[in-house]
Amino acid sequence: MMEWLGQFNYYVFAILMMAGIYVAMSRGNLVKKVVGLNIFQASVFLLYISSGKIWGGTAPILGDGLTQPISNPLPHVLILTAIVVGVATTSIGLALIVRIKEAYGTVEEDEIAEAEALYEEELIRAEEAEA
Amino acid sequence: MSVGEWEALINVVLLGLLLVVTFGIIRLRNLFGVVMLAGIYSLLMAMVFTLLDAVDVAFTEAAVGAGVSTILSLGTLALIDSRREKIPFRFQFTPMLVALVTGAVLLWGMQDMPAVGTADAPNQVHVAPYYIERTPVEIDVPNIVTAVLASYRGFDTLGEVTVIFTAGIGVMMLLSSMPVIGARRRRRRNGDDQENDT
Amino acid sequence: MIEHLVPRILAKLLIPFILLFGLYVQFHGDFGPGGGFQAGVIFAAGIILYALIYGLDRARRVITPGLVAFLVALGLLIYAGVGVATLLLGAEFLNYGALDSHDPVHGQHLGILIIEFGVGTTVAAVMITIFYQFAGRLQITRELESDETDDEDGEEEEMTGSPQ
Repeated sequence: MMEWLGQFNYYVFAILMMAGIYVAMSRGNLVKKVVGLNIFQASVFLLYISSGKIWGGTAPILGDGLTQPISNPLPHVLILTAIVVGVATTSIGLALIVRIKEAYGTVEEDEIAEAEALYEEELIRAEEAEA
Repeated sequence: MSVGEWEALINVVLLGLLLVVTFGIIRLRNLFGVVMLAGIYSLLMAMVFTLLDAVDVAFTEAAVGAGVSTILSLGTLALIDSRREKIPFRFQFTPMLVALVTGAVLLWGMQDMPAVGTADAPNQVHVAPYYIERTPVEIDVPNIVTAVLASYRGFDTLGEVTVIFTAGIGVMMLLSSMPVIGARRRRRRNGDDQENDT
Repeated sequence: MIEHLVPRILAKLLIPFILLFGLYVQFHGDFGPGGGFQAGVIFAAGIILYALIYGLDRARRVITPGLVAFLVALGLLIYAGVGVATLLLGAEFLNYGALDSHDPVHGQHLGILIIEFGVGTTVAAVMITIFYQFAGRLQITRELESDETDDEDGEEEEMTGSPQ
């Protein structure tokens, strides 16, 4: 009865992964890049959890009088770890954004590149002035 | 309609909402709105996980994604004091190309996958029954996910706790409560003659 | 401290229940959904709520940054310590059956309980630490900005609407 769902979850996973990659690559704002990476990570979680589902199954908690099959507990373990690692890397990324803002005054990627180029030119000019 | 059909329908609705929220995140320029939409994205994902019988994962995703991650992002927004992102000055070809190629390869690779929810898929048949059958005998803990996480795969969990530990130390190193660099530079530029009292 | 009455009263009512629920999730992770990670995050959310409503200084007096930094390391030490203890008792690393020589299944229970407690401690402490770092930075930035406006104008400027 539920076969009309087919591989719908996997298609949504592919679309979300594409969206995450696009946001992370094309947008210059660093905060938006981090959000794009979060979208990307969550889409991978969707893939794993969808692959472990059994229609008519139940959560992987044993109890008395269970007649239904139990959904696969292994992807749950992997994704639990992955979620926690994801929040760890997100927090480090956000801390780096704060420091970048203090050092450069901006969180836009192209303005940071300009500031870096100017700094390089100043360094080269200072070295030539000394030599 | 049977229960299974209702589940499938709610699944489709929730994933559709997820796509709408993602489209909003791509198009929105206001950073506060983007952070809020990311929190909503995590909450919708937690609902989808509950529907797919992953209750532990849903718990963690709701607490971590919609809770802590949103708080940290809002704190970052307050610190960087920036409201909108700049409009990209040209349509960039490479990111769209990379995204489309990735999507095409994924869709091509998913041709052979069994449909969602089939009970005799290869990943349901080999390792999972071993854990489901052995847990009441060897560990006798009702929550199989906790048993696998803490006992069968306990070494991986040790590594995960180390990652969280490292992240905490990393943030402490990056943001320790020393005087802000920019303020010192500004004071020096203004020709402050006062002694540095730190 | 936020002056509005409603958030303060609600926070006062809710925070004990949040912390209690965190403890419940921690120790009932064996019987239902839950475990160390979820419990740590919920506990940290309670403390963060307190810091948001009553001000960072009061929260730092209740849960000192030094204590939290100690807890970050303590949780990981508990986890690895259980592994070393099982090594010393003769079995492999992290084989909890060795913790109780008469009944390995009871040893598994004991081992899972202890390491989940370690995991919950580390996760809660790390979340609180990260929040303290972000909020402390914001506090210092605002203080420095108010100092600079004092220098420029030569007058005391009141900070408007900042939750202190």
